[in-house]
Formats: sequence, structure tokens, C-alpha cells
Amino acid sequence: MPVLIPENLAELREAACSHDPVLLAGGTDLMVALNHRSQRIESDLTVVSLAQVPELRSWSHDPTSGELTIGSGITWSQLERAPFDALAPALAQAARTVGSPQIRNAGTIGGNIATASPAGDGLPVLLALDATVDSVGSDGERSTPLSELLTGTKRTSLAPGEVIVAVRFKVDDGWQGYAKIGVRNAMVISVAGVALVLDGTARRARIALGSVGPTVLLAGEASAFLTSEFDWDAWTCSEATIATVAEMAAEESRPIDDHRSTAEYRRHGVRVLTSRLLKRGRERR
Amino acid sequence: MTTTSTSERREVTAIAGGVGEPVLRPDGGAKVDGSFEFSSDRSVDGELWAVTVRSPHPRARILNVDVSAAVALPGVAAVITADDVPGVNGFGLIASDQPVFAVDEVRFVGEPVAAVAATDAETCARAAELVVVTYEVLEPLLDAERAIDGTFEPIHPDGNLIRHQRIVRGDSDFVGEVIVEGTYEIGMQDQAFLGLEAAVAVPDADGAGVELLVATQWLHEDRRQIATCLGVDEERVKLTLGGVGGAFGGREDISLQVHVSLLALVTGRPVRAAYSRSESFIGHVHRHPAAIWMRHHADRDGTLRKVEARFVLDGGAYASTSSAVLINAVTHAQGPYRCENAVVDGYAVRTNHLPCGAMRGFGVVQACFAHERQMDRLAAACDMDPVDLRLLNAMETGDHLITGQRVENVAPVARCIRETMALPLPEPETEDHVLSLPGGAGLTADGSVVRGVGMAVSIKNLMYSEGFDDYSTARCVVRDGRVALKFATAEVGQGFVTIAMQIARTELGLADVDFESIDTAVGSAGSTSASRQTWMSGGAVVEACRGVVGQILDQVATDRELDRDGLRIEGEWVTADGVPVVMVAEAVAGHLFEFTAEYHHPETTELDEYGQGDCHTAFAFTAHRAVVDVDPDLGLLRVVQIATAQDVGRALNPLSVVGQIEGGVAQGLGLAVMEEIIQTNGVIRNASFTDYLIPTIADMPPVVISLVEEPDPRAPLGAKGVGEPPCISVTPAIVAAVDDALRKAGRRVSPLTRVPIRPQDIALAGEGSTATVGS
Ligand SMILES: Cc1cc2nc3c(=O)[nH]c(=O)nc-3n(C[C@H](O)[C@H](O)[C@H](O)COP(=O)(O)OP(=O)(O)OC[C@H]3O[C@@H](n4cnc5c(N)ncnc54)[C@H](O)[C@@H]3O)c2cc1C
Repeated sequence: MPVLIPENLAELREAACSHDPVLLAGGTDLMVALNHRSQRIESDLTVVSLAQVPELRSWSHDPTSGELTIGSGITWSQLERAPFDALAPALAQAARTVGSPQIRNAGTIGGNIATASPAGDGLPVLLALDATVDSVGSDGERSTPLSELLTGTKRTSLAPGEVIVAVRFKVDDGWQGYAKIGVRNAMVISVAGVALVLDGTARRARIALGSVGPTVLLAGEASAFLTSEFDWDAWTCSEATIATVAEMAAEESRPIDDHRSTAEYRRHGVRVLTSRLLKRGRERR
Repeated sequence: MTTTSTSERREVTAIAGGVGEPVLRPDGGAKVDGSFEFSSDRSVDGELWAVTVRSPHPRARILNVDVSAAVALPGVAAVITADDVPGVNGFGLIASDQPVFAVDEVRFVGEPVAAVAATDAETCARAAELVVVTYEVLEPLLDAERAIDGTFEPIHPDGNLIRHQRIVRGDSDFVGEVIVEGTYEIGMQDQAFLGLEAAVAVPDADGAGVELLVATQWLHEDRRQIATCLGVDEERVKLTLGGVGGAFGGREDISLQVHVSLLALVTGRPVRAAYSRSESFIGHVHRHPAAIWMRHHADRDGTLRKVEARFVLDGGAYASTSSAVLINAVTHAQGPYRCENAVVDGYAVRTNHLPCGAMRGFGVVQACFAHERQMDRLAAACDMDPVDLRLLNAMETGDHLITGQRVENVAPVARCIRETMALPLPEPETEDHVLSLPGGAGLTADGSVVRGVGMAVSIKNLMYSEGFDDYSTARCVVRDGRVALKFATAEVGQGFVTIAMQIARTELGLADVDFESIDTAVGSAGSTSASRQTWMSGGAVVEACRGVVGQILDQVATDRELDRDGLRIEGEWVTADGVPVVMVAEAVAGHLFEFTAEYHHPETTELDEYGQGDCHTAFAFTAHRAVVDVDPDLGLLRVVQIATAQDVGRALNPLSVVGQIEGGVAQGLGLAVMEEIIQTNGVIRNASFTDYLIPTIADMPPVVISLVEEPDPRAPLGAKGVGEPPCISVTPAIVAAVDDALRKAGRRVSPLTRVPIRPQDIALAGEGSTATVGS
């Protein structure tokens, strides 16, 4: 099976469009799938490595618009640290919960999006941030809201060979946070995860949930209720609001029983995490 | 003969690197830097790879096996099934009830049906997918109770009940002033050794026998079973131990040994196989999941008077060591406490779950979880401190088990409890790091974390039981001043080779000790299990060395015309009536000495129908204290510290003992809070380290240790086995600490009764639970 290693975006487009490619970023999802034989690379497929494309490994922040653009090849290890820990603390927190240091050194945010697992730790944060995904494919470039890109469990609207170039979203000096329940204290797949973004500029709250549905979910009603009940000037909300929002988020989750946990506990976890995040957000902790 | 003139200068000091020192192990550095050769790393010229084709069903009739497409795939050298097994198509440690390849019926998900040899692993995998097995799916037996009550048809010719054992002692009608009762559940734990199953089989020159390099726990028992299946004399099967990366009981049964040996004979070429992690989960036996009911009777002052219990161990599809695990469980039902009355029933049953067998603790882990949870209940019912209750009832040498057996060993139970409780509690955490909170990296914890403390105690038998003579053999050769030891003791990472070298140095007074290849060219050493090798193979090495010492002293007596009776080896010297006469190294120069010894432990007996008999060889005792931080709303926790005092007899290598204790604690902690194989409808759901969770460095607390050294007169060199005891009472100690924390949080009055504890068991249950919105 041939392996192509393009060295810039133009070469990558060329390579990805003219073949039936398997895109390889950090390989931390792809190699597991291959080893478990849940995915096969037949010999007529071409592996296209994304590792040497500088455009995918860059990022930018526009202080005027507040937009942060993160190349798809940025790793979790990078996202844990400066400048991302200050610009997008919820994403940095999500990054800290991913796997082990070895996995974080290799795994990328683009791979997390393309894998589209409901347990992908970057996804609730990106969904709560209302992120947009920029991609290139044989039909050219497009920008898609993450909520539209994710179509089902481990399914996206990405066409074969379509490459995620970057993901972008607005950040401000409001508050954002992420918390994840796992059955051990590190290197664990999420049993339930909650991301909360309090956007002080747009005066809008967004709550997104991981591992409690077929895809990551936006808790739309809880978000809308919080948006209207939060006192944006005083930057506070009542205990009653917190309890209601937590209850609404729990109601909006669609968890199942599986070998990792039960639906009942997951729903409970969403309630507790939403409540705790909102208390942290209210105090800007 | 003048020795006195120089004797003032001759100082008899202990030899460096001898018994009692923290000698470093020879394999340690290589394991850390990655250069150690595990059996999966071994490659042989001209080798083929092998892979096993396994059942996807927990129970199904095999209607047809069509290997034609697989055989036709280029690169495939052979595909074998039950039809190709030349000897007995059955193996097993106690009963040969498990087929090499299934015939007629498959009985668990993962049961081997065929095996493929091909030029490379990928071709093997593709060929395996081309083996077409036609099944008629049958209703699986998954409920252990139905295996006991006889309402399910036999799923195996040997029946659904593997063994029932009853123990009745004293007054079975006795009713205590205080009675506590509970039902307990222990999940299926995996050994999770890091070095996966692997072997290389090389056919003999004449193609009638095979040489096998394999990671195993008991070379000679493997050889017996392989030879039986191959239909050849045992001499035609030679085994050498490959590099073993942990075992914990999971390598005691045959896994891929017969498959690769047979493929080597069929193809006439070396054949190599190595399991993946997911295959390993279905390719070896596990710790028995158990349901245990117990009722304890006591006087109002807390004196334990009677234990009633019913054990149900799910043995899965094949017998393995289930009957021995059951005996361990029922005979340890009272724990390390005096108790004169007992009525205990135990059942080991066959189901269509994954087969279970040996795992570190061997039945006692399950029993201890139940009896220690009961002791906590009893303490509450008697309004006593749990530590005082245990001290009041602590067993001593001379006390009896409920089997009527007298405990002859050193039994410092009270001392273990006192020393454990006297160890320092953890210092308050100074830095505010997320990994020091329950939930760790997930950043879930807020201010509501509560700390609890709990403790538990265990008794564990050492060596094999019920009349089995699990002897060990060792040979000692002294040539050119160097010692060469030969034994078949499987070094699985426990450090026996280090201990053996230390023993030889101390016994012989010679510094240079080598050990030869560990293989079947010498007599059996028995299994590296049951905490037995330091005692049994250590005993054999002691006796082999002492045989050589006798020869050396004979030589010195003759050479120097000394009275043989006054001669001894002390330090590096031969002494006459305590006076150094010649260094051992000088005395042995130019001579060859050799001695082979077999070490046997005292005989044991079988149990009678009332479970009475001296069935065990020896006992060791341990206490654990756990400190655990709990987030009651989410049910997440972090073990903060484990303290333990362990009855080790004598620490031949204190560093090794600490290693065993820390590792055992990690394994017992895993069982307490996360490790469980989940099967639904007989299908394993978490056959990977993604979902079968074992503790990481972020879950493993510091372990503070006190070694209780009271040399046991019955043990060679006074040393008791230390392998299993550390992993037993740590589990109930952690659970007791969680209960304590929940009580402090005002959450729960009824104790936790199941391991592993799942977050929902804490967050969603319990009287007085306010499991709604977190603080
Ligand atoms: C031990 C272990 C622990 C893990 N723990 C976690 C965890 O805690 N949380 C979590 O969220 N994940 C976890 N993962 C999963 C994985 O590490 C992440 O999803 C990671 O972000 C994947 O990125 P990658 O670069 O390795 O992707 P790859 O494996 O290289 O690719 C994954 C998929 O995405 C496609 N792809 C990759 N990049 C692009 C692109 N730019 N455009 C289009 N398609 C692309 C690939 O073709 C492939 O189908 C873990 C994995 C392992 C092995």
C-alpha cells in the first residue's frame, strides 16, 4: 500500500483528491481500528500522512474579532499549554483528560473531530463554543458548523478524502469549562462529559454533553434557559437557576446502558457536572 | 595443623549479596530499558506464524467446519481442527475436560475451533477469517444458580456442578447473641499481566517431538498436558521458559502451547504465536466471580462464635482449577479469627461464561471480602471499634480452622493489626493538584470530598492443598569456584532467581553464582503459584546447596585431617569449631561438587464430607489500612494511602518483598475500584485495556509497609511466601474506607457489598442518599 507524505496544503489537496486516500494524522484512532481489524486498508488504498503539512500545524488568534483558528494537526499536548490554556481553557482542560502523555503527543484535534466519537473529549467543548470546521476536498473548500459536520455515531459529513484544515471559534473573557467523569483518575474514556461556555460578549450560554447520546449533544433548552436567566451584568445566577439548568441538561441527555456505565448514572453525572461547572463559571473559578 | 596463628586476622562476616540483603534482580535493568527478551520477542529462522480461530458464541453446536478456503490462501501452511489432534483432545490442570479444539459443541466465546499456520501474521488473520464454521446456536447457561439446582441440561459431559463442599464443625444449631448477615458479590478480575501469551515450537530433527519456548508458570505440568494431547512420550516434549512478563495464575493453564506444538509437528517447521491483548482476555482463565452469603454469630462482647456461609463460584465453561479454588474459599471463610462453630456450603459451577481458574489469592480473595465486610457489620452491631473486634478474635498459633486443622505456623495476627494501625496516616496534601482529588484529570471534584479510613485482615494458605505433593527440585554444581544452580522454577517476574542466588551465596560462602536455563532438563519445581516458590524451590536450593556443603566439608576434613563434625561454612570461610581454617573459594579450587535435591512439604490430607481434614500446608497473615477520598455525589474516589503489616516470616530480600506488596496492593485496589470483565449474554464486552481498567500511576497511592519478621520454624530459612497475601485484605479495607467516608458524609447506613465499586453504587444508592444536585 502506497504512503504519500505531502509537504504543503497544495500537495495534500493533490494527493487527497487524486487517490482514494486514508488520511493519517496522529494515528491514535486509526491504528487502533486497524489492529482490531474494525478497519481495513486494502492494498489499493493510499495512505496520506498529514504530519508534514505546516498549514495544518499552525494556529492564529485575531484579538479584534476574538476568533481563534486551530490547525487540525495541533496535538493535545499543544492544546494543554500556552497560549491555548489562556485562550480556550475548556479545550485545554479537555486536552488534559485525553489518554496519556504519549497519546496527547501524537493525537490531534482534527483526528478527534473526524473520528466523531460521542466520547471524543474535544467535541463537547467545540460544540459549546459553536465551532466551525474548515475543510478541503475534491469539491473545493467549505466551512461547516461542527453541529452539522457530526451526523451520527462515528459519522461525519466529510467526503472521502476531504481534509479538515482547521477548526475555529470565538473566545472572549467570559468563562468556559469542561469536566469529564471516568472510572479511573487518568487515561480513561469518558462516561459523561459536560462543557459550559458563558460568552460575555454575545451574552449567551451554551452547554454541550459528551458520552450521553449517539453524538455529542448541545443541551439546547438548558442553554437557552441559562442564557435568559443568567445575570450577565452582575455575572451571577441563583441556586434555583443552577438546579433547573442542571435538571434540564440531564433531561436533554440521551444516555444508554453499556459496559462503561448505566444510563441512569450518566444522566445523574450530567446533572452534577452541569451544576458544578455553573458554580465555577458564576465565580469565574 | 596450625590455624591459630592467622585466625586473628580472619574475620567471619556475612557474605555480600547473601540472604537478607536487598539484592537487585538480574532482569531488572533490561526490563526497564526495554532490552529484556519476552517470549513474544523470540524469532526462529524459517518460522511460521500461527493464529487461533475462536467461537463467537457462548454455546452452539458445531455443524460443520470448512477450512478449504483458508487452506487455499497463498502463504497458508496448515489449518488444523479437532480431527488433527493425534493424542487426547482434552487438557486441564485437574480434570482433562477442555478440548484442544472444540468438537461438536462450543462452550464459551473465544473457545478455539481451529488454528492456522502461515508465513506471516497478516496472512494468518486473513486465513482465519476464511475458516467457515457453521453453528447451531444453543441457549447458554449463564445463571450459576441454575447449574446448582439442576434445572438446566448438562452443558458438558462432566455435568454442570464442578464441585460441592460442605464444612460442618462444632454446634451447627448454635445461635449467637448478636447475628449479622449479608450477601456479597465479587466481579470477574483479569490477571492483566503485561507480557502477552507467546510461544515458539520447533520440531525435533526426526519430526516426532517438539521443543517449546513458552512463557508459563509450570513447565513440567505443561509438558504432561502437551504430550498427552500430542500422543507422544513426555521425553519428546522439551520446554524452555521464555521471558515471562507477569503471570498471577493466568499462565497456569494451557493456552497456545498445544496449538503451536501441533502446528510445528504438522508443518515440520518452527511455529510462533503471540496473543494480542484482546485475544489474551479470552485466551486465559480469570478470577472466579462469586456470590457469597454469610451469617456471623457472636457474643455481645464481640467474641465470634459461629460462621455460616454459602459460596457460589462461577467457573465458566471448563473446570481448570475451580475445585481447588472452591476449597480455598470455603476453608478460609472464618478469616484469621478463632471460631469453633461453622456451617459452610460451597459450589463451583460450570456455565457458558469465560473459564475461571487461578488468580493471585485463589479463592481467598473472595472469602476475605465477605468475611471482612461481615466483621465490619459485626463491629457495628456490637458497637465496637472494628480494630478492637478483630484484635479480640485474632487467631494465634495453635488455634483451629473450621476444618479442624490446627494452625502450626507462626500466626502474628494481632501484631499485624497493631503494626498496621500504628503506621503514620498520610500528611495533609500541601499542593492543590487535580490528580490528588477523586475524578483526577477529569476535574470533576468540588468541595464535597470526604475522607474515610478502613481496615481488613487476611489469612492465606501457602503451597498446594488436599494431599497434593507439589515438590520442587534443584541442582547445585560447584566448579572452578563458581556456583551453577539449575531448576525448573518459572521466573515470572517474582524474583526467584535472585533469591536462589542469595541462598547459594549464604549457604556456600561463594560469591559467584549463575543460574542455568530454566527448562525441563531437571526435575519439576511445581508451579510458580500459591505463594510457594520461595518456600518450595527455595527449600530445594537450600538442600541442594547443603548437599554440596557436605561434600566440600568432607573434602576439607580429608585434605586437612580435621574433625568433620566441627566443620561448617560461615561467611566465606570454612570454620572448624568456629575458627576459620580456609576460605571456601580456596577449598573448592580444582574440585567439582554436585548435588540434586527434592524438597517436599509436610503431607496434607483431603477433606471429608464434613469438610474436616488437615488440607493446607501453611498460612500467612496480613493486615491493611486504607485511606480513601470520596466524592459522594459522583461516586468517584481516590485511594490516598495504604498501610500494611505483613507476616513474612523472614524477608530474604526486603526489596523483593516490598515489590510484591506494592504490586499486590495495586491488584487488590484494582479489584476494589475498577477491574472487572463484563460479559453480557456470555459475550465479553471489554476485552481491551481501553475498557478493562487497571490502576494507573494516578490511581496508585503510596504504600507504607511494616514487615513482621517472626521466622517460621517450619519454613526453610524461616521465610513465608509473600506473593499472594498483599492483594487480599486490601480490597475490603478500601471498601470499608469508602463506607466510612459515606457515613461521615451522612450518606449511607448499609455497607457496600460488591466489588468493584461502581460510581453508581455510591452516587445512586444508599439510605439517606441525597443524590440529586452536587454541592
Ligand atoms: C490509549 C488511547 C487513549 C485515548 N484516550 C482518549 C481520550 O481520553 N479522549 C479522547 O477524546 N480520545 C482518546 N483517544 C482517541 C484519540 O487519541 C483521539 O481521538 C485523537 O484526537 C485522534 O487523533 P489522531 O491524530 O491520532 O487521529 P488518527 O488516528 O490519525 O485519525 C483518526 C481518523 O480521523 C481521520 N483524520 C485524521 N485527521 C484528519 C483530518 N485532518 N481531516 C480529515 N480526517 C482526518 C483519519 O483518517 C481517521 O479516520 C485515545 C486513544 C488511545 C489509543
